[in-house]
Amino acid sequence: MIRMKKNNKKLKIIVYTLLIIYSIFTLAPFLWSILTSFKTTAEIAAGGTIFPESWSLKGYETVLASQLPTWVVNSLLVALLTTGINLIFNTMAGYALARIDFKGRHVLFSMLLALIMIPSQVTMIPLYIVVAKLGLVDTHWSIILTTMINIGYIFMMRQFFVNFPRDVEEAATMDGLSKMGTFFRIVLPNAKAAVATQAVFVFMGVWNEFMKPLLFISSPDKYMLTQGLNSLAKAYKTATQWDVIMAGALISIIPIFIIYIVLNKYFITSNDQTAGVK
Amino acid sequence: MGNKRYLNFQGYSFMMPALLAILFFTIVPVVYAFFMMFYKVDILSGARTFIGLDNFRKIFEDPKFWASFTNTFRYVLVVVPIQTMIAMALAALLNSKINFSRGFLMIMFIPTLTSSSAMTLIFMWLFNNNGLMANVIEQLFGTKVEFLTNPSLVLTVIMAMNIFSTVPHFMVVFLSGLQDIPESLYEAASLDGANSFKKFLHVTVPQLMPITFYVITMGLVGCFQIFDQAFILSGGTGGPQNSTLTFSLYIYQLAFTSNDMGRATALAFVLGTIIFAVTYIVNKLLKADEVNG
Repeated sequence: MIRMKKNNKKLKIIVYTLLIIYSIFTLAPFLWSILTSFKTTAEIAAGGTIFPESWSLKGYETVLASQLPTWVVNSLLVALLTTGINLIFNTMAGYALARIDFKGRHVLFSMLLALIMIPSQVTMIPLYIVVAKLGLVDTHWSIILTTMINIGYIFMMRQFFVNFPRDVEEAATMDGLSKMGTFFRIVLPNAKAAVATQAVFVFMGVWNEFMKPLLFISSPDKYMLTQGLNSLAKAYKTATQWDVIMAGALISIIPIFIIYIVLNKYFITSNDQTAGVK
Repeated sequence: MGNKRYLNFQGYSFMMPALLAILFFTIVPVVYAFFMMFYKVDILSGARTFIGLDNFRKIFEDPKFWASFTNTFRYVLVVVPIQTMIAMALAALLNSKINFSRGFLMIMFIPTLTSSSAMTLIFMWLFNNNGLMANVIEQLFGTKVEFLTNPSLVLTVIMAMNIFSTVPHFMVVFLSGLQDIPESLYEAASLDGANSFKKFLHVTVPQLMPITFYVITMGLVGCFQIFDQAFILSGGTGGPQNSTLTFSLYIYQLAFTSNDMGRATALAFVLGTIIFAVTYIVNKLLKADEVNG
């Protein structure tokens, strides 16, 4: 018995050590970027120091004087609008697939399942042509409209509504609410957790998206943040102004990081819901 | 009867926005892609000429295609197994009744939150010729390693970066799977005298099989499509010496640099077929394995 306990303690120490090592390993690149962002360009070019000799805000000043603030606003607006549209439309579709017994429901469901398998590269070029034909190239609508629904989250919501108690809706219908009325007044408020999960992931998806802005948007004042970061890096890399580039990269992480701290539980629970679905 | 019609009307009005979006932005492009593969399309002039299977012939004769083929397969073969194993091991560690597991989880999840562009810039700085990694190696071994300009090393940096940023996501997926394994299985193994490592191997790993399945499939699909990191790191060129040219990057180059949209779509179709075939084969193999125990 004593031997076992001793073993257990040893094991615990190993587990903690491994977890601490991996956590340090995770944080190190970020800490290094933070330190770099406060160094002067001369210090970066010379190398050899870990902590900044004198904490300089030059990197942040340069980045804030560039077009980066515009890109942050662009990304925020597009991400918020896209998230709002996704929430309503994905949830409505998921609800219909789970709860409304309409003709062709099963066929539609299998069709959606098949479409989810098609890699985005196959549709990328024709999608560009469709966007061009609609006159949407170099507008933010190109991103908002082509990202306005997500089949993965339609599935997630369907799974959610399959297990949603029926009596709530039935009571509402008896009170004379239409289906639409029931949906917006009763169903949606009761699906808060699933909707929040969806919101967090759609927002993160749009905020971090790189390929679509690259294809659709060409004027620097309309750039999304990820695309802007890339152009920022191109401009400052040759002069080894990594303080500027790291300041930009770190600023781009902050909004997601705040959402992560506030809505932490939705980031973690979400995955088991999507895992069963995809 | 009236009720049935009412339900149909309700169902389709709820589905309508999603169906319209899917029609315009998924189905129309897919159908369009099927035609474009067989044409030479010039986006600038809008000219289209039917050339049959010529796009495919050109692709297979193209050395750049084979470069992207080799790079992408190397990438998938390294990244998918490593990220799956690390994610599973970390999940098992986090699940072993320790304090602060929530804290560890919160820290470890950070790379998954970070956008591919910010992550790539951070890694480019780490592995730069005067960056931290090069300096540390020079201090320790006295040799200067140039990660980003050496064609045989630069893909490795992208692999490391991708493992770093996708492990946390799959770790959380594994973690939710671990919580469903009944405690009684571990107790039985303990009675048989199994130590922790044996328990992991003989209880955890087989019980996690369905989740592993999902993680490998998602990993394969994601890795075959690698684009952002290669694009940003090479400035869109796929260099040095095509060493970061992936399938997706080459598709992009064909379509938007060489203006050959037909051939680009044909290549995208080849990529889609490869993804589908590989996922199918891997799933068959894993399933066969599962049955044999």
